[in-house]
Amino acid sequence: MTVIETISTLTPPVSDRDHTQGPANAKVTLVEYGDYECPYCGLAYPVVKQIQYALGKEMRFVFRNFPLREAHPHAMHAAIAAEEVGTHGEDQFWQMHDTLYENQNALEDEDLVGYAEEIGVPGAEIIAAFAGGPSLDRVRADFRSGVRSGVNGTPTFFVNGERYNGSWADVPLFVSVLRTAAKAHR
Amino acid sequence: MATTTSKTRELLPIGAEAPDFTLKSTPDQQVSLSDFKGQPVVLVFYPADWSPVCGDQVALYNEMLGEFTEYNAQVLGLSVDGAWCHLAFSKDRHLHYPLLSDFEPKGEVSKKYGAYHDDVGESSRSLFVLDAAGVIRWNHLSPDGVNPGADGILKALDALTPEQRGSATAGSRS
Repeated sequence: MTVIETISTLTPPVSDRDHTQGPANAKVTLVEYGDYECPYCGLAYPVVKQIQYALGKEMRFVFRNFPLREAHPHAMHAAIAAEEVGTHGEDQFWQMHDTLYENQNALEDEDLVGYAEEIGVPGAEIIAAFAGGPSLDRVRADFRSGVRSGVNGTPTFFVNGERYNGSWADVPLFVSVLRTAAKAHR
Repeated sequence: MATTTSKTRELLPIGAEAPDFTLKSTPDQQVSLSDFKGQPVVLVFYPADWSPVCGDQVALYNEMLGEFTEYNAQVLGLSVDGAWCHLAFSKDRHLHYPLLSDFEPKGEVSKKYGAYHDDVGESSRSLFVLDAAGVIRWNHLSPDGVNPGADGILKALDALTPEQRGSATAGSRS
């Protein structure tokens, strides 16, 4: 009988294809699977900023998409729009990522197009991406990887590849967990 | 490992034949496990509609129906909630798979699978993957407050042989 692994580990591991902030050789990598329309992800957004500030160059942050389409009708298009903007550069991706979390109550298609255009990406390109193509494929691939990795809702975090089951809302606790992980990884 | 102190029954073991059952899926429709002979079935026992963790869990599987279809697998949710409660919950969460009502006699099916907490009168948060012949190939009991996710289910489905998946339709895509 096959023994089935029950510890949830990030699959696939972080690579060049990911959107990352922070040094590639950071001692600790925090991965978030998120949904741009999810209110808890919205609450986690400033938490991640605080954590990034606290850890500085010790930490690399990675964002992967996990849109819950049935629960959040705008989540899929928001994720596609962010990925499409991201094809123009990592800075543009993160700008779009932040804009979406700062405007969670305005995620209609025309809003998404407007945010993209402010960043310098033509609206027509975003509209075309909704219908299909590499950005949609990437969102789907992220979702599949999340399911395989043990994502059980949004947001789900992974610290150095292992699912974090503690409370992300407790910033001092989360920071201390990340610092411990950074120390353990020499 | 359950963190609760409640008396937990032993889940029906891997290799056992899954007991058949017929339960209401809506106030006027019934579903039997035997309806799904010939394809894998994922049985999702959970404590209650509307509670936060269950909400996430049923929503997650709902988003994953495409993935389950690739394995030719059918997902069935089971709790002791009544059919009208399931109906309202399904509508609210836009669920596209059946929630079965283990309501009368209360918890009878959950008890047969060892997926019942006697002291609280609810199904435990238990998962079973059945092969096409209705044999249990994987099981998992989570602490009630922990959403088990879906990675274990997918690994169990991956481990099924083509025969266990229902070879006649294996590989077919809609």
